[in-house]
Amino acid sequence: MKKILVALLLLSVLLVGCSQQTQEAKPTPASTMTPSATPAATETPTSTEKILIGFSESKTGKYNAESKEQTNGFLLWMEDVNANGGIYVKDLGKKVKVGYVSYDDESSGERVQQIYAKLISEDKADLLISPYSSGLTASAAIIAEQYGKVMVATGAASDNIFNKGYRHVFQLYTPSSRYLTSAIDLLAAKFPDAKKVAIVYENSKFAKSVAEATKKYAEAKGFDVVLYEAYEPGTTDFTSFINKIQAANPDAIVGGGHFADGETFAKQIFEKKVKIKLLSLLVAPAVPEFSEIGDAALYVTGPSQWEPQAKYTKGAAEKMGVEFFGPTVEEFVAKYKAKYGYEPGYHAAGGYAAGLILQKAIEDAGTLDSEKIRTALENMKVMTFFGYLEFEKGDYYGRQVGHDMVIIQWQKTGEELKKEVVWPEAGASSEVVAYDEKY
Amino acid sequence: MINADVLIDSVISGLLLGLVYGLAAIGLNLIWGVMKVINLSHGAFIALGMFSVWILYTSFGIFPYIGIVLVLGLGLILGIITYFGALHRVIDAPELSTLLATFSVSLIIIGLGTFIFKTNPKALDFSMGSIEAGSIVILGTKVATGIIAIIFTALLYAFLYRTRPGKAIRAVSMNRTAAELMGINSSLILALSFGIGISLAMVAGALIATIFPFTILSGGGYELKSFVICVLGGLGSPIGALVGGITLGLIESVVTLGIQTSFVPVLEFALLVVILIVKPSGLLGGK
Repeated sequence: MKKILVALLLLSVLLVGCSQQTQEAKPTPASTMTPSATPAATETPTSTEKILIGFSESKTGKYNAESKEQTNGFLLWMEDVNANGGIYVKDLGKKVKVGYVSYDDESSGERVQQIYAKLISEDKADLLISPYSSGLTASAAIIAEQYGKVMVATGAASDNIFNKGYRHVFQLYTPSSRYLTSAIDLLAAKFPDAKKVAIVYENSKFAKSVAEATKKYAEAKGFDVVLYEAYEPGTTDFTSFINKIQAANPDAIVGGGHFADGETFAKQIFEKKVKIKLLSLLVAPAVPEFSEIGDAALYVTGPSQWEPQAKYTKGAAEKMGVEFFGPTVEEFVAKYKAKYGYEPGYHAAGGYAAGLILQKAIEDAGTLDSEKIRTALENMKVMTFFGYLEFEKGDYYGRQVGHDMVIIQWQKTGEELKKEVVWPEAGASSEVVAYDEKY
Repeated sequence: MINADVLIDSVISGLLLGLVYGLAAIGLNLIWGVMKVINLSHGAFIALGMFSVWILYTSFGIFPYIGIVLVLGLGLILGIITYFGALHRVIDAPELSTLLATFSVSLIIIGLGTFIFKTNPKALDFSMGSIEAGSIVILGTKVATGIIAIIFTALLYAFLYRTRPGKAIRAVSMNRTAAELMGINSSLILALSFGIGISLAMVAGALIATIFPFTILSGGGYELKSFVICVLGGLGSPIGALVGGITLGLIESVVTLGIQTSFVPVLEFALLVVILIVKPSGLLGGK
């Protein structure tokens, strides 16, 4: 009896092990395409009935909140483009509808690699969109480049995804080197007595690159960086950290990481009644759910890739001498609200823009050939509701060079917390308020 | 550069947090001391405690500090079930067997928990205001947590030294065979002590949940700290665990002011090694 049990156990272990094996065998490229140099002449979609776009979503794990928004945006775009009959492909002389394949990456880099390899080789995705976050996108980029598939990177701001010599990855977001520099500009312009800045950031790829760039920029502008420290991803207890910050007595705190830790950090700063003029955190304040921490959110600022109050219009495009493509800001916001019931944040806008930019690239290229689409993206100069988009060539091939950040602040109108754009002054909807005004 | 206010703030925070760490460690301490079992499911039960109080609060609207009493009862039941399910048959086997048994319980709990709750951080939207003195601000929930930790330690002490089952537990931990000869049903006593250990872990988790956000994986960090505290404070002594907890909390809080935050765990575990070398029975351990 015991022997049968042992045998059954071994069998089940083997079966589990085997299924893991087939998963892990995939990433080794048995690809018929060599990266970049040779044009993918044999690249035709397996079915001209649908353009298949593949990506991974963080349905679970720490990036869940932001990833959901990003996917929402993409799905709205897909709905819009299919309602119109699809994307017009000149080579095929007709409009082709868009379909998608996605899997849950559990906010894990290893899962991302398995998934993107699967999307390319098994699901035969024509084009790819990145997961959310620089870390996961860096993992996906390796696979996309290996197989020579075009991937639009949205939700990924890290600069050093783009100095690896990739030729197939294109960034939508403003890169991290330009993320918090506007916060420093805001501080200098609106709080001239402020001299000391504390830079406190999540020890992750994205936040680190932002922090490094911000430190350089702040010091160059004459600020005294009194604290420059990282906290581990997943930290929930910032007590000792905040004590340290208070000991350094800064006028402003900038940094943070992603949503979960940013939200907790903002809450604990409020609980500790820290007195500063400016609190500028990455990601978290720009996400609509940030207001769930109530008064702790008041007067918190953050850089945002996009806001519903943004002034990206056809008129602005004309002034720049470029084309305006896709819905206007108002149209996008209205459609998103109608479909999901709340106002979109920049993650959703990025998701929509990812689909939009692929659509423009396909229309420009006139074909579904990867290399021609890649060339179309390379040469693209377009204004969209998301902002002006242009990709870098050269050392940082694919990095976004046209798009700019805005700074938002949570302010109260009556009893309701609302996001207002406070920087740049040209696009501002409200004046910035000092953080310690709330006490 | 470090002014007195910030230092006092750090000390108080460290003290209050340390009391919670201590409470978490007491459970581990008891099980280790009584049964010579290294409970690797300690962290999983802490996380379970966090979720229990969260479910009680969000789904049933039960005030967290009342919910904690319910969590205590739940922990006792779960602990006894776990004992008879996973440990009873291997309790006399070498330590590795019991270690593996508790480890598998941990995997089961975390696996099920991840499946049910996913890994998105949850938080208890609950506030008790704060106490202010000058520029020092102490969260009400932290103060309550510290007080409750002390109460539970006192209760445990009273239980172990003033009641019959408590004395039976101490007897079994000294010499199981002799205790059996005295007519004590050692299996039931072991189950009881495991149950108490688990319930304390769950209560600690519940208290932590009132202060910080958590996921099913949050228990791991506290489990590690509990091990350090048990060694620091000495085995078998609940007061020792509390003292160890306070020491650790203070170190974490005050030392952070001087060095890089990421070096604090290095310091904690270096301290563990030093204690193991210099005084392996811990600060208050006597054996």
